[in-house]
Amino acid sequence: MSFWVEILVILVVLSNLRVLGASRLSACIQTVAFQGALLGLLPVLANLDALTVRLLLQAGSSTFLKAMVFPWLLGRALRQAGLQREVEPFVGFTASLAAGVLFLGAALWLGARLPQAGPEGLGRLVPTALFTIFVGLFVIVSRRQAVTQVLGYLILENGIYAFGMAFAEHQPLLVELGILLDVFMAVFVMGITLFHIHREFDHLDTDRLTALKH
Amino acid sequence: MGNILIAAGLLVLGGAAALFSGKNARRANFFGAGGALLGACVGLIPAVAALAGRPVHPLRLAWGLPIGSFSLALDPLSAFFVVPILGLCALAALYGTEYLLPYASRKSLGVPWFFFDLLAASMLMVVVARDSVLFLIVWEVMALSSYFLVTFEDERESVRQAGWTYLVATHLGTAFLILFFMLLARESGMTDLSVAPAMSARLASAAFVLALIGFGTKAGLIPMHVWLPEAHPAAPSHVSAVMSGVMIKTGIYGLMRALTLLGAPPAWWGWSLVGVGAVSGILGVLFALAQHDLKRLLAYHSVENVGIIALGLGVGMLGRTHGLPLVAMLGFGGALLHVLNHALFKGLLFFGAGSVLHGAGTRDMEHLGGLLKRMPWTGTCFLIGSAAICGLPPLNGFVSEFLIYLAAFLAVVQGQAAWGSVVIAALALIGGLALACFTKAFGVVFLGEPRGNDAAQAHECGAAMRLSMAVLAAGCLFVGLLGPVVLSWSAGAVGQLAALPSAESFDSWQIAIMPMYSVSAGAAVLLSLLLLTAVLRAWLLRGREIGRSLTWDCGYVAPGARMQYSASSFAQPITGLFSVFLRTRKRAAGPEGYFPGPATYATETPDVFREGLYRPVFEGALKAALRLRWIQHGRIQFYVLYIALTLLFLLVWRLGCG
Repeated sequence: MSFWVEILVILVVLSNLRVLGASRLSACIQTVAFQGALLGLLPVLANLDALTVRLLLQAGSSTFLKAMVFPWLLGRALRQAGLQREVEPFVGFTASLAAGVLFLGAALWLGARLPQAGPEGLGRLVPTALFTIFVGLFVIVSRRQAVTQVLGYLILENGIYAFGMAFAEHQPLLVELGILLDVFMAVFVMGITLFHIHREFDHLDTDRLTALKH
Repeated sequence: MGNILIAAGLLVLGGAAALFSGKNARRANFFGAGGALLGACVGLIPAVAALAGRPVHPLRLAWGLPIGSFSLALDPLSAFFVVPILGLCALAALYGTEYLLPYASRKSLGVPWFFFDLLAASMLMVVVARDSVLFLIVWEVMALSSYFLVTFEDERESVRQAGWTYLVATHLGTAFLILFFMLLARESGMTDLSVAPAMSARLASAAFVLALIGFGTKAGLIPMHVWLPEAHPAAPSHVSAVMSGVMIKTGIYGLMRALTLLGAPPAWWGWSLVGVGAVSGILGVLFALAQHDLKRLLAYHSVENVGIIALGLGVGMLGRTHGLPLVAMLGFGGALLHVLNHALFKGLLFFGAGSVLHGAGTRDMEHLGGLLKRMPWTGTCFLIGSAAICGLPPLNGFVSEFLIYLAAFLAVVQGQAAWGSVVIAALALIGGLALACFTKAFGVVFLGEPRGNDAAQAHECGAAMRLSMAVLAAGCLFVGLLGPVVLSWSAGAVGQLAALPSAESFDSWQIAIMPMYSVSAGAAVLLSLLLLTAVLRAWLLRGREIGRSLTWDCGYVAPGARMQYSASSFAQPITGLFSVFLRTRKRAAGPEGYFPGPATYATETPDVFREGLYRPVFEGALKAALRLRWIQHGRIQFYVLYIALTLLFLLVWRLGCG
């Protein structure tokens, strides 16, 4: 693994921790966007000596969507819904950070036990990928607002993307396009749903949706 | 084989085109029925060729799924089921073009046509599929498309209830089938259904039980029949005809296919089929007797007829076990022919009931009456269907029941009196009760005087509905007169079921059906006598004035329609005799005092198995589920947490212990 790739991986880990610790929604969105850009850059930096047009296009489209389109969509939803700027967690920020450290440990332990099937270059990406997946799930579980759940979903997808990269450097174009389309649709639908939830209930707290249960 | 695929494609295309025709009822009719008719014509070509003994090449295509394959084949057994499936679907489509029109102002007709064509295509695929994964997929398509047809009139609470019952029952059955196919695949190492796996006797018996429950649910064998009397009346009539006439037969097909895969049957398999068949036949016709709803009555008769088919199958299997090839062939042949016959007459009867509903607006027999004068076509066709289902010569029901009788008598003669006599007794009881039931159904609905305003203003149906009924009635007569011809087409399928080499089976089958020629001759004599009587009557009445008046009323001065026998009072002597099984509920307020006021009397016969067996079980399950309600608190966060924890646990378990 080259020097730049090491730096990127460290930055991904740090961005995960920042999402756990940040109290402002806009900061979370920016961090997730930053993480998306990092992961988009990763395949390019890992293959600096064997760049292809396809790789560049893939990285470009992924970066464009994750670092620009999604944050813009979420930011717009935030403005339109006019909701609070706070994250409103179930689990406090300090406790979240502590949980994050635990996740990191678990990811390292699991990553060491997983069979290393990938190419020699990015094999050590696996713990980072697992960590990102855990953080994504944790954000979905521990945060109250619907926007943060979308964010958690995006982080989860970033983790899956990184995981795929660790195992197959040149992901089949079809798979990559499929995942991107998936996420795009998901964010799109969630954006619409957020808007509708807001219009119906005047708030975006998912825990208050229990009133729908009969 | 290509033709079968083209037929299925045409069906799906026609349905899709109908779906996109939106609210334009005529266009939806054109595409929906056109697709069904065209698809049926194309699909019948290879089926008839296969029945005539020409081998059709199997087809195997690659598909994207990791397990299974898209493999189809058309052997004589499949072909024997393809013919009634496509034939009845084509006629039902023709019937539906007229039957559905009154709904066009309220509903889009594209949706029922889409699901109808999908149902036809999936039934076709079920009987030609030779891979268990493919089979289960088309089986599920069949279940779902028929569910959406059953719930066509979903604005009515009773229809939604019926749909729900059907959906649950069919999936419970499929669960057993999945286990059955998994067992087969584990033993043979592949999902191919054209080779019999080598199994130990114990596993084969387990597989047989799974198949009997799974396929028996679709076929409507008691006690798995509870969905049937709910779902069939709820569906539109042409769909009821298809569901009752051919869809439940896919269950019989599955059972037969399973028998060809499981090897030589031990005696208790045959015994259990004979037992289930006898119970289904007798209880089915008893419950039918107690019904007031015409379509519900017909639905219970499906249970009865499936019971007769199971009796035939049981006789065939016991014949195979005891080394009586002639008995086996006659039993299997009777069961197969009854499948075809039931498609003919039950389709006809449901078409007739639909025509009554269409013309009189109700299917409650207590409000009908005197329809033969107002709907002569429907009445005559219904009469032919009733005579056929009771097994009266010269119609088709007699031929197939006679075959089963013949097999059972032969078994008794050859020293197997134990099961032979059981079958004979059960068949005789079923036949007598069926005759009583259809005397009631036809007499109350079509004879006498109208019991209500709706029936008095009933009108005859139009050309499309008449034509489809007439074709089926002609089919009943054709099989009744030319039984041996139809039976010779089933030679290949009978040989497969009796596990005989094809050349040998063909010859011995020709010998086995020799007595059927005398049956045909007798039927021809009977028919000519009937015609002769009709001619004689016309000749005697020629030149005389023919007047119409009320039925003779024993000299009452002011007879009213309410003085007739009602459906329940006609059946009462028999239902009273069997009240132990029926548990009819009566609500009566009798006349009291010297100047009695109004009095009421009402009976209702709910399904004993539904009330006594399934309701307690499902209510218990619901109670247990409510105990776990605290897990379902409606918070998304916790649901994701459950999933995440499960996945994490599995990951740690796999990596930590592996």
